[in-house]
Amino acid sequence: MAAAIETEHLTKDFPVGFWRPRPYRALDDLTLQIEAGEVFGFLGPNGAGKSTTLKLLMQLLFATRGTARILGRPVGDVSVRRRIGFLAENPYFYDYLTAEELLSYFAKLFGYRGADVTTRVSRVLDDAGLGAERRKRLRQFSKGMLQRVGLAQALINDPDVLFLDEPMSGLDPLGRRRVRDQILGLRARGCTVFFSSHILSDAEALCSRVAIVVRGRMVASGKLTDILSFGLKGWELVVANVTDEVRAELEKRARQVTPLAHGRFMVDLSPDADPPRLMHELGGRGIEVVSLNPVRDTLEDYFVQTVAAAAPRPTGGV
Amino acid sequence: MRAILLVAGAAFKESVRDRVPYSMVIFAVLMMAASYLISQLTAGQDLKIIKDLGLAALSIFGLLIAVFIGIGLVSKEVEKKSVFALLTKPVTRPQFILGKYLGLVMTLIVNLAVMTVAYYLVLYYMDVMATPALRAGWPAPALDPRLLVAIVLIVAELALVTAVALLFSTFSSPLLSALLTLGLWVAGHFNNDLRRFENVLDVPALAWIARGLYYVLPNLAPFNVKAEVVYGVPVAASHVGYTLLYALVYISVLLTAATATFRRRDFK
Repeated sequence: MAAAIETEHLTKDFPVGFWRPRPYRALDDLTLQIEAGEVFGFLGPNGAGKSTTLKLLMQLLFATRGTARILGRPVGDVSVRRRIGFLAENPYFYDYLTAEELLSYFAKLFGYRGADVTTRVSRVLDDAGLGAERRKRLRQFSKGMLQRVGLAQALINDPDVLFLDEPMSGLDPLGRRRVRDQILGLRARGCTVFFSSHILSDAEALCSRVAIVVRGRMVASGKLTDILSFGLKGWELVVANVTDEVRAELEKRARQVTPLAHGRFMVDLSPDADPPRLMHELGGRGIEVVSLNPVRDTLEDYFVQTVAAAAPRPTGGV
Repeated sequence: MRAILLVAGAAFKESVRDRVPYSMVIFAVLMMAASYLISQLTAGQDLKIIKDLGLAALSIFGLLIAVFIGIGLVSKEVEKKSVFALLTKPVTRPQFILGKYLGLVMTLIVNLAVMTVAYYLVLYYMDVMATPALRAGWPAPALDPRLLVAIVLIVAELALVTAVALLFSTFSSPLLSALLTLGLWVAGHFNNDLRRFENVLDVPALAWIARGLYYVLPNLAPFNVKAEVVYGVPVAASHVGYTLLYALVYISVLLTAATATFRRRDFK
């Protein structure tokens, strides 16, 4: 079966300068393969090339070099567009149309007619929490509401592949929760989701795989479990009822012991500290173990390290 | 075709709800009403002045609507990025351009129809108020249906100007598009002079350039039959037919160029 999304050596240069334009490489040699049903996070700092990649996949931009295919067909194929949804970053729509009119218009472009249009429009508006605002003109919508309309229009055709550019941008915590739940719902029904973000907690919560792009180049990619499992940095143990004698012993065995409120202590242990054995020993001396947590590399740590280590952006060579 | 009509319908809905065309229509109607007052100052010429000013108002305000909405429909979509959502639906770029154009022409026709009704109301009032002696002195009746010939040609001219505005807006900024379109409209009305440049110029190269421009630039003079209809001079059906055909061919060329420009455009 063909991959849901695949790119090979995808490269985009933009001309910079008025009199003697020189190529500026916004995306360099991106090769990716995303299987059907995956939720894929495309991560990177601002200006890394995330939106450029999405626009190349949507053929809002034309590649300087390389190819991209969606559902086995070239990205320019109109038949592909019947099966995809796209939410642009900070979406904007027509000021003088209502949310309902906009979505009906888009539904009809997919070939839906009559009652099917009404049903679909109502469903996506309700899912976006905009049922009450359906007859309001879009110029009266806040940024967060437009973002929700953006997601609603991307889902009007029940897409097989959904592309989201910074889907959480401009949303309040409730809105973000709603979008997260929608993405999880889409994953459950087998929809492939490709989303760009620099909000790493969202990626951590939603993605099966991620790629990190920095200055136009993909610098890392893989399953989150693979990326983060080898990042065990130690253990964080919280204990209570600690005597001075035990505290002194803990200080010898731990990297750091920090007093907390209510007579508790936080013990920072190295990765090889063997916490089960330690807990057994402490329990025998009347000490209460409040919690024990592994300290792992978060996606944020990994991201910061990867971005810091990335090479400077190459200049265009065409 | 369905996609083109859907884009046209949305563009029409969007632009008729915009306040700018309304204000233009109101200005035009006010100008027509004011022409009645001006006509009171000129004994015997009143109907001619009203007819003249009314057609001029239709033409000028129609032009402003065509230019300002024409340049906005595509460049505003690109600038505000609403084009992103549309072009990722099953709509090709040529369908987008043709749909936008049709939507704008529909808007233009509706606005001009409103102005035409206002124009005929003013003329009807003149007709009712005129004495039989005054009426006998008019070269053509007040409610002369031949005025509609002039209005149809104004609509055709504006449809052509709209296509010019649309072409410019596919690759340049709204302001530059407006200036270029208005410049081309002025040049189009003096196009015949370019053809005769060799009579006043001794430099053959310049005369050739002028002749080249004559063939390339739109010739808008044939669309102007205001003087004829105001004086009741018949306008040949062949003239109207050829002028409409010319508009159709020119618009097709402009839309083909707009489509070709837009087809490979990057949206950053």
